[in-house]
Amino acid sequence: MATLTKSLPRRRLSLRQQDARVGWLLIVPSLVVILGVTLWPILTTLFLSFYNAPAGLNQVQTFVGLGNYLALVRDQTFWETIGRTLYFTVVSVGLELALGMAVAQLIHSRPWGWKFLRISLIIPWAVPTIVNGAMWRWIYSADFGALNGLLMQLGLIDHYIPWLTLPDMAMNLIILADVWHIMPFVALILQAALATLPAELDEAAAVDGANALQRFWHIRLPLLRPAILVALIVRTVDAFRVFDIAYIITSGGPAFKTVTITYLTYLNTFSYGKQGTGAALSFMISIFTIAMAFAYIRFLYRPEET
Amino acid sequence: MRTFYKISLLFVILVLAVSVAGCRPAASTGPVTIHVLTMDQAGLKPAEIDQIARDFEAANPDIKVVMEYVGYDFLHDKIVTGMAAKPPAYDAAMIDVIWPDEFIKSEYLLDVTSRVTPEMKSGIFPAAWNGVTRGGKVYGMPWLMDVKYFMYNKDILQKAGLNAPPKTWEELADQAKAIKDQGLVEYPITWSWNQKEGVVCDFTVLLFGNGGAFLDDSGKPVFNNEKGVQVLEWMKKTVDDGLTNPSAVSSDEMAVEADFLAGKSAFAVNWLFQYSDSNDPSKSQVVGQVAFAPMPVFAAGAQAGIKGSSVDGSSSFAIMSTSPYADQTWKFLTYLTSHEVQTKFSAEMLPMWQNDFEGDNLAKLQAANPSNPVTIPAFMAQFPYAYERPTVPYYNEASAALQLAIQEALTGIKTPKQALDDAAAKWVQLAGQ
Repeated sequence: MATLTKSLPRRRLSLRQQDARVGWLLIVPSLVVILGVTLWPILTTLFLSFYNAPAGLNQVQTFVGLGNYLALVRDQTFWETIGRTLYFTVVSVGLELALGMAVAQLIHSRPWGWKFLRISLIIPWAVPTIVNGAMWRWIYSADFGALNGLLMQLGLIDHYIPWLTLPDMAMNLIILADVWHIMPFVALILQAALATLPAELDEAAAVDGANALQRFWHIRLPLLRPAILVALIVRTVDAFRVFDIAYIITSGGPAFKTVTITYLTYLNTFSYGKQGTGAALSFMISIFTIAMAFAYIRFLYRPEET
Repeated sequence: MRTFYKISLLFVILVLAVSVAGCRPAASTGPVTIHVLTMDQAGLKPAEIDQIARDFEAANPDIKVVMEYVGYDFLHDKIVTGMAAKPPAYDAAMIDVIWPDEFIKSEYLLDVTSRVTPEMKSGIFPAAWNGVTRGGKVYGMPWLMDVKYFMYNKDILQKAGLNAPPKTWEELADQAKAIKDQGLVEYPITWSWNQKEGVVCDFTVLLFGNGGAFLDDSGKPVFNNEKGVQVLEWMKKTVDDGLTNPSAVSSDEMAVEADFLAGKSAFAVNWLFQYSDSNDPSKSQVVGQVAFAPMPVFAAGAQAGIKGSSVDGSSSFAIMSTSPYADQTWKFLTYLTSHEVQTKFSAEMLPMWQNDFEGDNLAKLQAANPSNPVTIPAFMAQFPYAYERPTVPYYNEASAALQLAIQEALTGIKTPKQALDDAAAKWVQLAGQ
C-alpha cells in the first residue's frame, strides 16, 4: 500500500481548494462547540419529549410518542398559561415599542440634556433581571413598598394596598417592571436607526408643508420599519420566554396568575421531575416563538427597504 | 501555504485537546474538597455554618469544605440540577422532611445505614430518624428539628388589656379584633400564605388543629372534608375581616418576620429563627416583647381532644449517591451534627439529640445561650404535636395543587369547598400516575 501511494503522483490542490481546507480547519473547533452546546442538547431534548422521563438516576424511560404533546394540548392549564404569556408578550412589547419610539424621538430631537438622557437610559437596561425583580418586589411590598408610600403621600389611597395579592393586577405589575427594564433597549435601537435616516427627506417634507405627525407617519416610520422589525422579533421571542422576573416578584402567584409558559416548563422539569413534559413544553415554546417571528417577517419585512 | 496549513492543524488539535481535557475532573493532589449545599433561612446563619466548616478544616487539614447557601424555596431545584452533573455539583445537601421519598426514588441519596453508630441511633430523637428512614434504610443525618411556633407581642396584648394569649383560633380572632378596634395595629395577625410551601405548612397547623388530616388510612385525600373546608373558610374570613394582613397572600416566612419584628402585628406563626431575630436590635423593633405560647387549636378540635398542633419542619443532611467523597463528607456531617456543635450554636436551632434535653445535659444546654431557657420549654411543648405532611414521591406537585387551591380561595376565585375539591382530585390523579 505504501509502495502504491509512493508511486502515485501527488495530487496538487488548487489555491481555492487549499483556502477552503484551511477555512474548514479553522471553523472546526467552533463547529464542534456549536454542535455540542446547541444542536446536541436540542436533539436530546426532542428525543426526551417523546418519553415519560422521570427525573433521577437510573430511571426507566417509557416511549410515549406524541403522548406528552397531546396531554399538554388537552390540558386547560397549558392553554391558560399560553394565554397569560401572550398577554404579557403583547402588552409588554407593545408598551416597550411605543414608549421606546417616543423616547427615541425625544433624543433624536436633541433637547437640552439629551446626552444625559441617552446615557441614563442604559442604567435600567444594565440592571440584571434578578436585581430588577427584587427591586420591584420591594417597591410593590404592601407594608414597606415605595408605591404605597408614594400613593399615600399623594393622597390617592387611604390604606396600603397589597398589590401582589390581587389576581387581576399581579401580571400587569410584572409587565410594568419589565417595561422599565427593557424599554431603553428598544429606544436605543430605534434612536440609532433614526440617526441614520437622511435629514433631507424630513426637511423637504417640512418645506412642502407636512407637519411633525405627518412627517413621522409617512417618512420616518416606513424608514424605521427594518429597525422596528428587529426590535419586535428580539423582544417578542424574549418576552414569550419570560421567567425570571415573574419568579422573583410573585413566584407565580397569586393563584398561579403569573405562571408563564417557561415557568410551567421549569416547574414540570425541576420541581415535579417530569422531564418528558418539560421537554415537550420547551418545543411548544419554540414552535410559538418561531411562528411569531415568521408572522412579523411576513407582515413587516420589505426586501426593498433593507 | 503548507506551513500555515500545518500550524492551523496544530491549532485545531490543541483546541480539541484542551476542550477534552477540560471535560475531565482534575486529578486530586492535595486536600479533598467537598461541596455542601444548604439553605439560608431557618436554622443556623451562613456565618455560623462557615465557622463550623473552618473549625472542621482546622481539625481535618486533608478535607476542605465549600459551603453554598440558597433560599429555602430554591433548594429543591438546586439539588435536582446539581445531580445532573457527574460527579454531582454537591457532595451533600440539606434535605427537607418532605423530599426523601422523591429523592430516594430518584436514587439521589446514599444509603448511610451502616455508617450510623448505636450512639447516634439511640441519642437522636426517633422522629428525626423517621424523616430520613425508609424501608429500614437510613438516607441522611438529622440536622434540624424545627416546628412552627405561635409567637405574640406581649406589649401589644398588654396595651389591649388582654391578660393571656389565645388558646383557640376563634379566641385569637376575638383578640385580634380587640387589638384592631383599639387601633394598636392595623392587621394583628401575619402568616406566610404566598404560593410556596409555607402556606401548606400553615394549613397543616390549622387542619390538624381542627381534627382534620391530609389522607385517610387508605391514602385517599380527606383535606377537602368538612374540617378542611372550615379551616380554609376561617383563613379567608380573617383576611376579609382585616384581622390577617392581606399581604399574607404574597408573604413568605421572611416577610412574616419583617412584619412582626417591625411591630406591625401582634401574632405570628413562624419557625424558631424568628425568636432569636426578635431579640436582635439590628433587626427588630420589638426586642424583649416577643413570647411563645402553645399553638392554638380550633374550639371544635379542642372539644374533640386535640391538645396541640404544629407542623414538622425537620431537615437532614444527605450524601449524594454519586459523590466520590462519601467518607470525607460523612466525617464533616457527623461533626456538623455533633453534640458539641449543636449545643454551641443552639441559639438559632435546638439540638436534635434527645439526650441533650435530659439530666445534666439539659442544664448544660440551657446555659449555652441566653435564649435557650425560653426556647427549650417552647420546643418541648410544641414538638410532640408536630404533624407531618404527606410522605409521597409526588409531594411537590401535590403541594403545588394545594397551594393553588388555598390561594384561589383566599383571593375569591373559588369557594373554599370548590378549591379544596379540585386539589383533592389532582392528588388522586397524581397518586394514580
